[in-house]
Amino acid sequence: MIWNEEFETLPREALEALQLKRLKSLVERVYTAVPYYRKKMEAAGVTPSDIRELGDLRRLPFTTKEDLRLNYPFGLFAVPFEQVVRIHASSGTTGKPTVVGYTKKDIESWAELMARTLSCGGAHRGDVVHNAYGYGLFTGGLGAHYGAERLGAAVIPISGGNSKRQIMIMQDFGSTVLMCTPSYALNLADVMKDMNVDPKTLKLRVGLFGAEPWSEKIREEIEKRLNINAIDIFGLSEVMGPGVASECIEEKHGLHVFEDFFIPEIINPETGEPLPPGERGELVFTTLTKEAFPVIRYRTKDLSRLISEPCRCGRTFCRMERITGRTDDMLIIRGVNVFPSQIEHVLMSIEGVEPHYQIIVNREGALDIMEVQVEVSEEIFSDEVKVLERLGRRIEREIKDLLGISCKIKLVEPKTIQRSEGKAKRVIDNRKL
Amino acid sequence: MKVEQISIFLENKSGRLADVAEVLAKAGINIRALSLADTTDFGILRLIVNDTEKAKQVLKDNGFTVGKTEVIAVEVPDRPGGLGHILTVMKEQGINVEYMYAFVQRSGGNAVIIFRFDEIEKAIAALQKSGVVILKGEEVYAL
Repeated sequence: MIWNEEFETLPREALEALQLKRLKSLVERVYTAVPYYRKKMEAAGVTPSDIRELGDLRRLPFTTKEDLRLNYPFGLFAVPFEQVVRIHASSGTTGKPTVVGYTKKDIESWAELMARTLSCGGAHRGDVVHNAYGYGLFTGGLGAHYGAERLGAAVIPISGGNSKRQIMIMQDFGSTVLMCTPSYALNLADVMKDMNVDPKTLKLRVGLFGAEPWSEKIREEIEKRLNINAIDIFGLSEVMGPGVASECIEEKHGLHVFEDFFIPEIINPETGEPLPPGERGELVFTTLTKEAFPVIRYRTKDLSRLISEPCRCGRTFCRMERITGRTDDMLIIRGVNVFPSQIEHVLMSIEGVEPHYQIIVNREGALDIMEVQVEVSEEIFSDEVKVLERLGRRIEREIKDLLGISCKIKLVEPKTIQRSEGKAKRVIDNRKL
Repeated sequence: MKVEQISIFLENKSGRLADVAEVLAKAGINIRALSLADTTDFGILRLIVNDTEKAKQVLKDNGFTVGKTEVIAVEVPDRPGGLGHILTVMKEQGINVEYMYAFVQRSGGNAVIIFRFDEIEKAIAALQKSGVVILKGEEVYAL
């Protein structure tokens, strides 16, 4: 079902006219209210009156995480502080977190966007939404929560952790829609297996998973193991939180960007030049309606491409392909660019290999050594040493074929790789660069 | 004619073998025979126990990866050439030994050796034809 038929199926021409109107007003607002943005625009030689058509967007300077850091905590807020009703922050693995604010209207828009997202995944009034995204400073929990309420579903605000209790509640409360990170969904599947709970006996029908990159193979794994439809959703706190884009259940191919609220662009991450339609590069977003914390051309560091072909679900919004990696989780090993998603792709193409893996990078002398730890499941285990050694060599060879560099596969006992209750940690880089 | 063997994946970390022994001891399971194959990174522990299903279950419950394989237990006369005779029969038939290990207990006056062949049915037929005694599962678990 389409939550907001009027906007989500706008003819492209009308949509672009709406985007232009909103873009002009955004640039005007930001220029007046945020000195930092005004200075950046002046340095780039642009003023709000230069924005006459959508193509003029590219004349505006980019906003980066560094800009956010320099203005910590509230320097980029574009409304008087009394109008801010909510503050969220990203975890910030290095240094200070990234802080974002919302006005009452922003919270309303966000709820609308998450209601659309849930509808995209086939959720509706009467559903029981099991929201295992973390509640707190992280935008996932509350973002999904407000959307589910707006939709008219019953929300279980269970947050992350304590998987056994989560499963008991799924059984007892009849959860129909699961929301969490894909790695936590796999964790729940593992715990169900340990508890001898057959997912077929649950009412779960669909899961909306986001907040970390995942692959098509992981989707198959989750769908098979939890007996549900798995939908990829996308968002980031700097732009809104979850609710920026979502797959539709009809196609499950590419995530519809809610273009009446956000303008997506794809750029070459090295030169910053916009790329021709359909090419893969770094995703950049401009928020069209946000009041408290608008961003102009925010560089997400996520890699994707845009699909402009119409979708059979009826939404006219373009789609972004599922995120295949990040410009900053890219490892450079012996001069070769390596994305964890590429390693995952190789592992998941081998029958019986579990979706739990970890990449460990060390430097021995002047040489980078990449080790991939893979858990030995019952399917791939053998009583013969040569069979296991052959498997290890096969994975090494396939990774070498794909990436052109050699690595070492280490087979480890099940459950020795730490399970995530939020975002999975796939890479341990011990190099002191 | 076949004997069930369980095998366990072990990372080369200190104490893992002791963990297996402890889990089995707590469940009251008796180990009849064992062999450990090891590489630089991991090991495979193979066991014949008095209660295969129970052993497999308790080990799985304790987080080990456990497999089950069918092997053959053969009586080998305790004299020079006893083992040689069996291996010659296999060689003639073109059957490969994947691995083998000896039993601690004897069966009558004979030694007992566990074999894992690449072609188990063919191996049983060949051994029986040449008069070698193959022990039944129940006989082995109760030794």
